[in-house]
Amino acid sequence: MDGRRLDELRPIKLEVGILDKADGSAYIEHGRNKILAAVFGPREAHPKHIALADRAVVKCRYHMAPFSTDERKSPAPSRRELELSKVIRESLEPSIMSEYFPRSTIDIIIEVLQADAGTRCAGITAASLALADAGIPLRELVAACAAGKIDGKVVLDLSDIEDKKGDADLPVAYMPKSNAIGLLQMDGSMTEEELKQALDMAINACKTIYDMQRDALRRKYHIERDESETEEVTEVKA
Amino acid sequence: MSATHQPSPVAKLEQKTVRDLILKGKRIDDRGPLDYRPLTIMLGTVEKANGSAQVYLGKTKILAGVKVQVGTPFPDTPNEGILTVNAEFVPLAYPTFEAGPPDENSIELARVVDRGIRESKAIDLAKMCIDPGKKVLVIFVDVYVLDHDGNLIDAAGMAALGALISAKMQAFEVKGGEIKYKDTKIPLPMQNYPVPITSVKLDGSIIVDPCLEEEQVMSCRLTVTTDKDGNVCAMQKGGLGVFTPEEIKQIISSSVNKSRELREKILSKVN
Repeated sequence: MDGRRLDELRPIKLEVGILDKADGSAYIEHGRNKILAAVFGPREAHPKHIALADRAVVKCRYHMAPFSTDERKSPAPSRRELELSKVIRESLEPSIMSEYFPRSTIDIIIEVLQADAGTRCAGITAASLALADAGIPLRELVAACAAGKIDGKVVLDLSDIEDKKGDADLPVAYMPKSNAIGLLQMDGSMTEEELKQALDMAINACKTIYDMQRDALRRKYHIERDESETEEVTEVKA
Repeated sequence: MSATHQPSPVAKLEQKTVRDLILKGKRIDDRGPLDYRPLTIMLGTVEKANGSAQVYLGKTKILAGVKVQVGTPFPDTPNEGILTVNAEFVPLAYPTFEAGPPDENSIELARVVDRGIRESKAIDLAKMCIDPGKKVLVIFVDVYVLDHDGNLIDAAGMAALGALISAKMQAFEVKGGEIKYKDTKIPLPMQNYPVPITSVKLDGSIIVDPCLEEEQVMSCRLTVTTDKDGNVCAMQKGGLGVFTPEEIKQIISSSVNKSRELREKILSKVN
């Protein structure tokens, strides 16, 4: 609709380590989405009773700014934001080596400054970079992207206008090296075949975004290596 | 903030039993990996509600009630009625369920059920408009979890569907934006029948319809909601584990088949 091919991503810009006080941070522009992610921790669990003896507690907050949408959004967390906080946490937690930090918490804060469809995916992409920037050992970076259906055609990465006219939306978070899907949601209507095609399309896009994430980390930390493991990168910093 | 859950209170030994059985291709309640527990559904158990359904899925018990009331439409859909789904984890259902505002689990459950009904266009909301932009009918679906023995999403989805199918509302006609009720009762304008099927991954095996013990040791779950034409209308992954793309495709196919069977069972209850 905006001149892209059916399987073409919107332009993505990633920046790592842009907030001073957070332990790790990242900024993403994905199409017209503008999203900040910050990570605090590992730090002492508060209140103490939420602590786990064998691993860190991971906390996540996804929130949209009141001015991020066409109509003003109430700053109070909506049911949608509460659900997304949960599924985003569940997509990032498998990547975190939380067993290294018993009795502590890792806080992930995602703030959507401007929303243009696909905010949960862009938020995950940014938050994973923020985790790496905080020096938290990761199994792998998590990249996320949505595919969907519009006018009966399976397409990648719907923008806001397309999403409102679209027939289906399929957000996916993926870790390429371990071939692991940590987030999968879908709404709309798709046949089994379309769904499988959309899933493959989203996974391919995640692989592209994953490479962009690694480039963003390299730009920040000036580490020149070609096929290095992500956890090595994070360990160098930690 | 969404936080990592406290570990389940299931004894380590019991967890080991569940795991050992799965590795042998067996389950704690003697089912095969793709067997659903016995499903009982009773419609119209609460007379004061417009519609209601009680679902027993194994030992999981869920009651859903439908109420239809007049309300104001959303500004972006002035000509359509409103559907709202809410879920209550009633404290009598499980030792750690507490009264109070809904937590992320009950919000997730309600939103997954809502997505299935909404995206499959199960109710023709255009027929629920009284006065465009001012007055419409609001359909409240309230899901009550009464006994928690696992797979609440499927039981809730089927209870909500049953309650909607069984619902009767006062027939009405609209005259100059005013609603005039007639003496007859009519069913809701249903046009689709979404059924959710949940599968979980447990030590690398995929099993359908997890009981509570299996849910507590699972790696992750995937709910696939299918409509009457076999199209998928909603999906939701949950839990801290990960799926491979192949596992997801396998679950989609098996869920589409399984939902057909369960839909027939639910529809056979209405005449």
